[in-house]
This record gives sequence, structure tokens and C-alpha cells, in this order.
Amino acid sequence: MLAAMSALLVHSPEVSLSSLWRDPYYRHITAFSFYQALLSTLLSVGLAIPIAHALSRRYFFGKALLLKLFATTLVLPVLVGVFGLISIYGNSGLIAQLLNHFDYPLPFSIYGLNGILLAHVFFNLPFATRLLLQSLQRIPAEQHKLAAHLGIFHWHKFKLLEWPSLRQQLPNVAGLVFILCFTSFATVMALGGGPKSTTIELAIYQAIKFEFDLQSGALLALWQMFLCAGLAMFIQRFSRPVPLMNSVSRQTFILFSDNRFARCWDRFWIGAVILLVLPPLLMVIISGVNAQLLSMIFDSTFWKALGNSLFIAVCAACIALLAGIFILISSRFWRLRGLNFRADKLELVASIILVTPGIVISTGLFLLLRESSDVFSFAWLVVIAVNALMALPYVLKTLAQPMLHMAQQYDQLCASLGIFSWYRFKFIEWRAIRQPIVHAFAISFVLSVGDLSAIALFGSQDFTTLPLYLLQLLGSYQMQSAAVIALFLLILSVGTFALIEKLTLKKPA
Amino acid sequence: MKKILPLIAFSAMISMPVAANKLVVYTYDSFASDWGPGPKIKKAFEAQCKCELEFVSLDDGVSILNRLRLEGKHSKADVLLGLDNNLMAEAKKSGLLVEHNVDTSKVILKGGWSDKMFVPFDYGYFAFVYNKEKLPNPPKSLKELVENKDNIKIIYQDPRTSTPGQGFMLWIKSVYGEQASSAWKQIAKKTVTVTKGWSEAYNMFLKGEADMVLSYTTSPAYHIIAENKHQYVAADFSEGHYAQVEVAVKVKSSVQQKLADQFMDFILSPEFQSVIATGNWMYPVTDVVLPKEFEQLTMPNKSLSFTAQEVADNRRAWIREWQNALVE
Repeated sequence: MLAAMSALLVHSPEVSLSSLWRDPYYRHITAFSFYQALLSTLLSVGLAIPIAHALSRRYFFGKALLLKLFATTLVLPVLVGVFGLISIYGNSGLIAQLLNHFDYPLPFSIYGLNGILLAHVFFNLPFATRLLLQSLQRIPAEQHKLAAHLGIFHWHKFKLLEWPSLRQQLPNVAGLVFILCFTSFATVMALGGGPKSTTIELAIYQAIKFEFDLQSGALLALWQMFLCAGLAMFIQRFSRPVPLMNSVSRQTFILFSDNRFARCWDRFWIGAVILLVLPPLLMVIISGVNAQLLSMIFDSTFWKALGNSLFIAVCAACIALLAGIFILISSRFWRLRGLNFRADKLELVASIILVTPGIVISTGLFLLLRESSDVFSFAWLVVIAVNALMALPYVLKTLAQPMLHMAQQYDQLCASLGIFSWYRFKFIEWRAIRQPIVHAFAISFVLSVGDLSAIALFGSQDFTTLPLYLLQLLGSYQMQSAAVIALFLLILSVGTFALIEKLTLKKPA
Repeated sequence: MKKILPLIAFSAMISMPVAANKLVVYTYDSFASDWGPGPKIKKAFEAQCKCELEFVSLDDGVSILNRLRLEGKHSKADVLLGLDNNLMAEAKKSGLLVEHNVDTSKVILKGGWSDKMFVPFDYGYFAFVYNKEKLPNPPKSLKELVENKDNIKIIYQDPRTSTPGQGFMLWIKSVYGEQASSAWKQIAKKTVTVTKGWSEAYNMFLKGEADMVLSYTTSPAYHIIAENKHQYVAADFSEGHYAQVEVAVKVKSSVQQKLADQFMDFILSPEFQSVIATGNWMYPVTDVVLPKEFEQLTMPNKSLSFTAQEVADNRRAWIREWQNALVE
């Protein structure tokens, strides 16, 4: 990681930031990155408020399932989602076909800003909704009752009771969504149409791969890191992190005042979000089962890509998990001895990666390795390393609390019984916190399976993964084959996730 | 670190070339694809060299050069096939290429061929191809396409990755000169999308996503000969058409210099050249018989070109001009 950064620094020419600022093209892509991220955030978070509000008031059949679905959009490989969106809103998608029946041309194009916004809202709206819903559900039932006693309903109730609770969480959610959109790579790559809708993230890739302009690539990568770090700091200042609950609490309260308008209002929002999230996913499944399915099964490229994807994801997830556990073992050791400051530092270093876009790390490693060897023969090592690094913050986030608790409870017992190292892990940790460990592994696995930013730079004819293959097929308009890959990726990511959750839940330790 | 070393050694081992007698040729995807000239050429060359010929396909011509530059001295490539005359000076600058020993006197290009590093393998003229059943009144000149015809949707390729895209940029530059920037702005209004490579763009056009696509005057021959379809034609522009000579070149770091030399000689042989017209759908560079359908194709009244040096000197500035015009 540090090596990657230093390679970037070495490669960027001295007259860096000023020349960057003077170039109208770079100025445009910087502005565009902010602009699209801002719009995406406003749309995602703005729409999430009424939806979360409606969901918090209503109980209906399938609500739990819908919330599960919301959770999957974040682990869904980006290209699969994009494929689903294209097959609905694209030039030959469902809507276009429908309009074609009435001799109506499609009034919009999914390529460019429209598509980028649509995809970002598709991915982030459910995520934001879930987070906001959690904070709404944290309002004690007593307060709802009190509001009813005092005759505070509807708009006033929202303003006096619900809004303050939402407001606490809002900066946090908005900040997270903003960063996610700002650094989005695969979406912009698949849907951005030409230089007009290019983000910094994509410009880094293009500078290296399209123009062989290593200096600009390095410079842009540093610029991107600088902006991301600035953003992260800015967000940290304005929001206190609120602990996220893993599951949505089942606290119910009775809706004391209800009227037709409120019912319609809520129905409208819930219906709208279902209409946004569900059809693309369904389309992936429906169009995936087609005539090409059989021929794809005999396609050697497909198997190679699948093999590579699995291999990379398993390796990356293992490395991320191991590194995460080792980091946490040392940080909790310090924490128990009152060296909180040192522990925080260590965990912070590992989390910096969250704001360092994958493409920046890959670029640095690329430049570093290029000096000494043929980069492309080391490709898979690098891709694994980058994916592992990118998954690390998620591992830390999932495991930090449970690991610390374990140490608090069992450290002295273990010391007195003489249970150390591997045995300790096997008999104590694994039994008690198997579920979060497996969960962390699953997250890392799914993130690596769907990743495009590392492989985009290092991939080649001999070395593809499923997302890269999907991108190539999309590019050459082989929609049917692309549909099959998208389906496989969907099954692989969401399926793995669901399966692992199920397996670990069945056998509580 | 101790544990990583064997791992690196292992990975280096499995990435070593397995066959001792293998020639690796980097080319663009439509050349290597099943319906391109690649398979026939592979078969013919393997019969005479008793070796294996491997095509590595990349998005388009400029990508081939970029890929080599990214790999640097450790590249696996022995020969690059699919750069063009406009890229020659820039490619030479990389210092990664080496001169050929081919006798190029057979080349029938106007003015012959004297370059010591590159060997031409085909040539053609860029043109916009359209379906005359869908577009009965095509523009008669580049200026008409750019300045009027607001209802026409076009697709072209990215000049940073594709030789046709780069050719279009040079075409615009040679017709518009200093006014190129405002021409690009007018083109932007008609552009469906800018693709990375030629095949992507042409596929999109055939799916009906645009009225015209940047390709070659020779592209309609494919539809006439292979599909017996006559509705696809290349628009004839009165300013003249920008010319392209596609070239091959040897890589300096290659360990298969002998095989590479043999392949470079093979490029100008009748076996190679006779596949070009109906495989790559371009004009061959030696005197081989052309299919009679080629007579139906439009022949540009004037051929436009910059020298390779002019392109190398200005390429980056012109690409920036294109980028900036699109974002404003």
C-alpha cells in the first residue's frame, strides 16, 4: 500500500496540482465527479427519507423479504445491476420495446449522466433507506404513544419526533453514499458515454490504458486520493458514527392516526421503490435463462473466467480475513492494556483503504511492478492483493467488536488455563464468534467476485474474470451471452451470501 | 518475504512460454476473430514454419501500441500487426521496435514503400457507412454531415484507442484545421456513442443504434460478398477521404527474431495478401487479384493524409482538443 503510494509520487511530475487545475479537461472531470456524486446523493438520500418513513409505519406481506433485498444491492456486483438496468431502460430494453409497439421512440438514453444517476440511485437508495429505517425504529415506542396523547400527527409528528432522529443519521448516510458515488468505477465505465461523462476514477484508467500517459495517471490517482481523504475528513467532522445494527429490530407500534391520504402516500413510496429495485433483478434472472445458456456452458472462456473469479475471490477473502484477524488481535491487546490511542491508529491505517479507491492502489502497484518485470504475468497476484486490501476495512468493521468482547471475557481464563495461539483460536474464538467471522469472509468474497477496478487494469485475453468478461460481452453487444454471465454472477454473489448466512445461523455456537 | 519468493518463482514458471516454437502476434480483435482473416493466415503460416502462431487480440490498433508500451521490455509479443501509417513515428519513439529485413519493392502503394521498420499489410480509406434503405439522402460531404443533417445519428471510435477513431480525428483536422474544435462540438450533438474499437461500433450500427458509422469504403464489400446484401454503402465525401495503411512491425525484445522475420516476409506473400480483401475487407498492398465486387465500391476522388511525423508531433494536442470540445 505504502509502496503503491510512493510509486505514484515518484511518477507524478513536479508541476502537479497547478497544471491539473489549469487543464480544462481535468477541471471538467473533477467537476463532473462532484456533480454526479452530489446529484446521486441528493436523489438517493432524498428519496430514501419518505421511503424509510413509509416502511417504518407499514407492515405488509413480504416486508422482511424486501428489506433483505435492499441489503443485497450493496453486495451485488455492480455490472450485474447495470446489466439489469440496461435490459429495462436501454435502447433495446423492455421500455423501448413497449414504446416501439406504439411507434414511440425511447425519450431518454441510458448512456451518460442519466444512466449513471439511475444506477447510483438503484444501488444506494435501498442502502440509505435501510440505514434511515434503523434510526426511525430506534425511536422508543413511548414517544410514539406520547405523541398520540398530545395529538401530534402526520406532518407535525414527522417534524417533531421523526425528523430529529433522522437528522442525526443523515450526514453519516449522505457522506457514505457520496463517497461511494464519487469513487464509482464500474458504473461509469459501463454507462458513461465518452469524455463528457467521465469521473476522475475512470480518467485514471483511461490515462494509463488508452493513452499510455503514466504521469497523468499517477497525478490523477494522487488527486483522487487527496479529494477522497478531504471528503472523509469533512464527513467525519460533521457526523458522529452511529453504530449500525445488523438486523432491523422488530419493535412494533400501532399507528394511531391513519387516513386515506397517508395510506396512499405510503403505498406510493413503497410501490415506487419496489418498482425501482425489483424489475432489474428479475430481468437478470429472466433473460439469463435463454438459448445461449447451453452454449455458454461449453464455452471455455466462461469456465476460465469463472475459475479465475473463484480463485481470486477465495484467496483475497482468506488474506483479508487473516490480515484482519491479526490486526485486531494486536489492536485488542493494546486496547486491554489501555493503549487505546495506539489501537485506534492501527485500525485507522487499515480503514484508510476504504477511502483509497481500488484503482489508485492498482495504479501504484502497476507502476511499481512495471519497473522490474512484465506486469501482466504477475497479474493475478496483484489482483488478489488489491482485492484483499479493499475488503480489509469491511472485515475490520465486522470483527472489531466481537473480537474485543472475546478478549475481555476470556483473556484471563485462557491465560490461566494455558490456551494459546492456534488452540485458543480453535477452541475459544471460533466457537463463539464463528458467525461474524464467516460473515466477514462472505463479504470479502462477494466484493472480490464483483470487483472490476483491479482487473480492468491487469486483465487480458488470457486473464479474465466474470465481471471483465461481462463487460466485454456488453461492449460487443452480445446481450444473450452477457445475460448468462450476469445470472451466474448474481447467483454466485447473492447465493453465496444467503447460503453462508443460513449455514452459520443454523448452528448457533 | 521468504515465503513469497517461491511463490513468485512459481508464478514466473507457469507464465513462461510452453512451446519453444511459438510466435506471438498482437493484433486487433476483428483481425483475429473467427470471421476475420486471422484463422486462415494462422493455418497458412503454420504450414510453412512448423511453429505455432498465436494471435493476442486487443480492442483496436492504438491499444496494441499502448499494450506494448505498458508491458515494456518484458512483453510477450514478437510481432505487432495492426498499427497504421499515422502511428508509425509515435511507435518508433517507444524504442521497443526493431527494423525488418523484408524486400518491400513488391508493394504497389502510391510512391512505393521505403520505411525500414514497418511493413504494410493492407490499406483503405475511412468512410461513413450507412444503410441506403433507411437513409435515402446521405450527406455528400464531411462538412454537410458536420454542419447540417441534424437528424443523423453517428457512431465513431475513440482516437485514443482505435486507428479508425484516430483517422477520423485526422480527417476532421485536415478538413477543418483550426476550426476543428467547433466541428467536434457539432459532431457531439449527433453522436450516439464513442466506442473503444471498430468492431463494437460496427456491431452497434448493424443493430440499428445509429444511421452512420465510421468504417472504410471497403466495408460494403463484406455485405455484398459474404451476405449478398446491397443496402449498405459508404458515403462519398467531396473533400476526399483520409487514407490508412495498416502496418506490422517486429518487437525488439522478442526471442523469436527468426520466426518473426519469416512472418514479416510472409505478410507480403500472395498467401497472406489474397486473404486480405475478403477477410479484413481492405485493399491488399501487393498485386493480387481482387474480387469483382470490389469494382462496385466508391473510390475516393482525393486521398487525404498527414505525415507520420506531423501526427506524432500533434497527436496529443489534437486528442486534447477533441476531449475539450466534447466537455464544454
